[in-house]
Amino acid sequence: MKILGFIAVIITGILLLQAERDFPDWGDPASPANNYRLSQHYITQTFTETTVPNMVTAVLADYRGYDTMFETVVIFTAGIAIIGILRVFGSSSQLEHKEPTLTAKKPDLIVDTTCRLLIPIIQLFALYVVAHGHHSPGGGFQGGVIFGASFILLALARNLQTAQKWLPESRVLTLAGAGIFIYAGFGVAALVLGGDFLDYGILTKLLPGGVEDARSHSMLGVEIGVAFTVTAIMFSIYSNLASNGKMKEGI
Amino acid sequence: MEFLETISTKFNYWIYIIIMMIGLYAMISKNNLVKKLIGMSIFQTAIILFYVSIGYKENATIPILYHDQVHGAQHEEAGDQNELSNAVEEAAKEIHVAADEQAEHGLEASHVDHPSSLEINPDHFANPLPHVLMLTAIVVGVATLGVGLAITQKLYGEFGSIEESEILEQIKSAK
Repeated sequence: MKILGFIAVIITGILLLQAERDFPDWGDPASPANNYRLSQHYITQTFTETTVPNMVTAVLADYRGYDTMFETVVIFTAGIAIIGILRVFGSSSQLEHKEPTLTAKKPDLIVDTTCRLLIPIIQLFALYVVAHGHHSPGGGFQGGVIFGASFILLALARNLQTAQKWLPESRVLTLAGAGIFIYAGFGVAALVLGGDFLDYGILTKLLPGGVEDARSHSMLGVEIGVAFTVTAIMFSIYSNLASNGKMKEGI
Repeated sequence: MEFLETISTKFNYWIYIIIMMIGLYAMISKNNLVKKLIGMSIFQTAIILFYVSIGYKENATIPILYHDQVHGAQHEEAGDQNELSNAVEEAAKEIHVAADEQAEHGLEASHVDHPSSLEINPDHFANPLPHVLMLTAIVVGVATLGVGLAITQKLYGEFGSIEESEILEQIKSAK
């Protein structure tokens, strides 16, 4: 098996290296991907069309908003799938004896104090990354992951119960659903006002400023929705994997 | 010598192929399910590296406008918002017309008829599109890894092992 695998890998590698000869050089500004009209349009027109200096966020949340919406749904689905796979409903005698018995230890003083100091700063930074995502590197996915990581840190430093006081499972699922609801809500709001789905320009009737400002503000709203879902599902994935789906005792 | 030159101008593809093959090998021939998942992650990382390296341009910066560029343009916008939005619409129409013509032609037109003072040379910024695509690919990577780990954990609960061969033996002996 190992030899067969090695041969398959070598053959695939050689084929890929053969194809590599036709690829453009490293950092070539005239390569097809960089010279394509779409990319050029994103770079030159994003700011005039949306007043967002960060082109990545603008493309993510506006031009390719439909893609990003279902990306959020993918995260949500993964979170639900993990709960569905690991959760044992009813009696679970089969798994019970394999569960390692962890006694709740008193948290270490240094770890506890460090987390006390760090977690608020991490959460503040996460909010900054979300809110400032269209002016500097950042956005909903990144900020959401940072925010979720702060809860994971709490669960690691203390125990899962402490973190679950702040984010119990009911709240996790509500947050995750609310995030997608906010995202789709922007799309439906545009639809109701007579535009296309996720065409933020039409939201100028509801939001202050011109068409470009409406697009910029809608992007922020959509990113907040993404951050909700990502925060909730990151913590959900961790807590389910760490507690074998029982949500009782973590690592 | 010629061979070395080929590698030096296209070393990003060599690196991505090598990393990708390491991941593929781990996925094919490792017996441990967690190691297979690690291989899958390495494979995904290689693809992310590939895309991001495609978007790179020599002497270009990240695809975020500088503060100075933005600041100058915003001053002008504050002066006459309506006129600007009209100009944007007109420019958009013109771009659509230009799009039917030659690609280079269209680009020139969009440069000349730029509504604000903002003059952006596309060669000065990295290509944002691969970055966006990879942002979403990372998300899918996290989701698939999480589900994979959950399934592995469930298998461990059922069979008491995460070695593929031992699990297969148990399934065969059960039949």
